[in-house]
Amino acid sequence: MANKTVDLSLLDGVLNEYAQVKGSLITILQNTQDIYGYLPKEAIELISEKTGIATSEIMGVGTFYTQFRFEPVGKYLIMLCQGTACHVNSSELILQTIKDELGIDDGQTTEDGLFSLKCVACLGCCSLSPVMMINEDTYGSLTPDKTKKILKDLREASK
Amino acid sequence: MRIVIGQGSCGIAAGAEKVRKALLNTNLKNAEISITGCIGMCYLEPIVDIYDENNKLTRLVRVSENDAEAIASYVESGDEKLVEKLIVSDEDSEFLSKQTRIALRNCGVINPEKIDEYVNAGGYEALKKSLCDMTPEDVIEVIKTSGLAGRGGAGFPTWFKWNAARSSEGDEKYLICNADEGDPGAFMDRAVIESDPHNLIEGMLIGAYAIGAKHAVVYVRAEYPLAIKRLKNAIKQATEKGIIGENIFGSGFSCDFTIKAGAGAFVCGEETALIESLEGHRGMPRLKPPFPAQSGFWRKPSNINNVETFANVSWIIQNGGEAFAAMGTEGSKGTKVFAVTGKVKRSGLVEIPMGKTLKDVIFGIGGGMKTDKPFKAVQMGGPSGGCIPADLIDTVIDYKALGATGAIMGSGGMVVMDESTCMVGMAKFFLDFTAKESCGKCIHCRIGTKRMLEMLDRITKGEGKEGDIELLEELCYSIKDGALCGLGQTAPNPVLTTIKYFRNEYEAHIKDKKCPAGECSDLIEYKIIADKCKGCTLCARNCPVNAITGTVKNPHVINTEKCIKCGKCYTSCKFGAIVKE
Repeated sequence: MANKTVDLSLLDGVLNEYAQVKGSLITILQNTQDIYGYLPKEAIELISEKTGIATSEIMGVGTFYTQFRFEPVGKYLIMLCQGTACHVNSSELILQTIKDELGIDDGQTTEDGLFSLKCVACLGCCSLSPVMMINEDTYGSLTPDKTKKILKDLREASK
Repeated sequence: MRIVIGQGSCGIAAGAEKVRKALLNTNLKNAEISITGCIGMCYLEPIVDIYDENNKLTRLVRVSENDAEAIASYVESGDEKLVEKLIVSDEDSEFLSKQTRIALRNCGVINPEKIDEYVNAGGYEALKKSLCDMTPEDVIEVIKTSGLAGRGGAGFPTWFKWNAARSSEGDEKYLICNADEGDPGAFMDRAVIESDPHNLIEGMLIGAYAIGAKHAVVYVRAEYPLAIKRLKNAIKQATEKGIIGENIFGSGFSCDFTIKAGAGAFVCGEETALIESLEGHRGMPRLKPPFPAQSGFWRKPSNINNVETFANVSWIIQNGGEAFAAMGTEGSKGTKVFAVTGKVKRSGLVEIPMGKTLKDVIFGIGGGMKTDKPFKAVQMGGPSGGCIPADLIDTVIDYKALGATGAIMGSGGMVVMDESTCMVGMAKFFLDFTAKESCGKCIHCRIGTKRMLEMLDRITKGEGKEGDIELLEELCYSIKDGALCGLGQTAPNPVLTTIKYFRNEYEAHIKDKKCPAGECSDLIEYKIIADKCKGCTLCARNCPVNAITGTVKNPHVINTEKCIKCGKCYTSCKFGAIVKE
C-alpha cells in the first residue's frame, strides 16, 4: 500500500485554484489529504514547488495540526473521542478494548491494512459518550462488548 | 401534517437519518417530512416532531427505524395509542420548558437548510433594520445597552471590541467568527451552526456593518463536517438572495463571506493564534499589543467574536438592548447556553438567563444524577476552567461569581461528575490535553505542563511523594505568570481547583496510596464476593493472565499477585460479585 506510486495529476485542480492565493496552505493540505488519505512526500514537494513555500515550512504546518497524517491509513479509520464527557463515562475502557481486539496502539494500522486507530479531540456528541467515529459513521454509548461487535461486523463486511 | 426529524450531529449519530429514510418508505400520503437541527434534548435522540393542522406538537423520542410504520399509522389515523410509548414524558418536556432560548431560539424549530424558514421566523429583519434605519454607532450603542459579553469564555464586553475595531484607521477591516470550539465536552457552537446557520450569518453581517468591515470570515473546526456543510449552504442561499454581497438591501453596505476549516489545534481558539492559522501558518499566538482591533488578519483591523455572541445579536437589535439587559445579574446580562453532559440524567443543550444557579441547571433541568451515586462536582470551562464541588452548587451563573470559585464561565461546557470520578485523574486528563495542545512557544507552558503531567501521572500510580502538592502549586503559578496566551495562563486551573476543593483526594493518593473514587487502576484491588459469585466462570475465561481460579458453580478467587488490574472481570461479571477496593 505504501509503495504505490502517487498520481500527482490529481492535485492539479487544487493547485490551480489555491497555489497563488495567499494564506491557502492549510486548505491545500486538507484537499490533498482528502485525495490521498494522507500527505504523501511527493505531494508536499509539488505543493512547495507550485506555491513557493519551503517544504520545511509545509512540514512545520502539517505536523502542527492533528488533522494531518503522513502515513496511509487503513480501510477503516477509528477515531476514538477523548473528550471530557467520554473520559467521565469510561472511554479508557473502550480504548483498551480496541487495542486488545486489533493489537494496535494509538496512531497505528493493523497489518492487514483494515483498521487504523486514532485518539481524537472531542467530537461534540457528548450526550452519546463514549463515542467513536469510524470513517463517516458515529457510534455512541459504547461498551466493551458493543465495541467488539462493531469491529467484528466491519471485519466480516470486508471479507 | 408535518413530520420534522431532529438532525443535528447527535441525532444523526443516534440514528435519525435511518428513521427519516424509514418514514419516507412508508405509505404516508398527507404529511410533509422535513428536518430540523438540534432540538437540544440529546439524551432522547432520535426525536420526531409531528405538527398537526393547528400546529399542535406531538413529540416522539428515542425513535428507531422500526417505529416508522406505527408513526405513519398514527399520522394517518390520529390514534395516539399507536405511538404511546414514544411520546415524550411531561418530566422530559420540562427540560425545554424551563429554558429561555434566545441564541437557540430557532434550533430544533426551523429547517436549517432552508433560508425561507429563517425569513418566515423573522430572520434578516434585524439586519435590514440595522443597515437601513441605524448608523453603525447606533448598533454599537444598542449592543452596549444590552450588556452582551463574549460568550467564548473571557466575557469581554462585545460593544467595546466593536468600538475599538470601528475606531481603528484603515478602510480594509475584517470581521471574524471563532467557531473553533475546542473545549472537550462543549458543543454549543456546533449546534447553533448546524441548526440555525442564518442566525450566525445575520449576527456577523450586523457586526461587520458596525465595525465597517467588508469581509466576514468564519473559522470552523474541521471536526464539524455537518456544520461546515450547512453553513456553506446557508451562505450560498443568502448570496443568491442578495443578503451577502454588494449593496445589501440597497443600503450601500457590502460584505463578502468565507469559511475556513481549522485543522485541529486547540490553541487556535486564542484569537491571535486563530489569525495565524487563517493566514496558513502554525497556530502560534502573537504578542499583544497590537491587539487584533488594530492589527489582525493580514495586519488589518479585525474583530473576533464567538458563535454564541453573534447568535444573540439579531435578537438584541430586534428586541432592544434593554430587553436583553433585563435578564441576568448586575455584571452578567442575557442568557447563556451550556452543554450539560457527563453523569447527569438529562444531557443536552440548556439556555437559561444568567443569575440562575448551578443547581437549577444540573438538578432543575438536568434532572440530577443518572447513577445512584451522589453528585460530586461539575467541571466548567474545559481545560481553562475548573471543578466546582457539590457544596458550592448554589453558586450563581455570573462571570464574577463563577470566577470566584476558581473555575470560569467558559464557553459553556458543563461536565457533571459523581463519586466514581477521581479528581486527581480529572486534573491529569486536562493536563494531558493542555500538554499536547501547547503550541510550544512559551517555555513555562511547554515544559511546565509536561512536568505537571508527569507528577500527576506518578501520583495516580501511587508513586506520589511528600511535597508534591506544594510543588504542583508552585508550577501552576509560574506557568500562569510565564505564558503569553490564554491557553497557558489558564492551563493550571483544573489542577488548582481540584487541589483547593479535593486536597484530601490528592493526600489519599500520595500518603495512603489509595484512590477514594476507585478509578486509578494502580491503586485498587479487585475482589470477588463469595456470596454473590455463582461460579459461572465468565471472569476466569475473560482474564488475560489467568489470575482467577475456581470451579464451575463454586465461588472464584482472584490471585492479587498475578492480577494486572485490567478490569475485564469487573465489567464482564453479570452478578455484581466483583468489587474494586
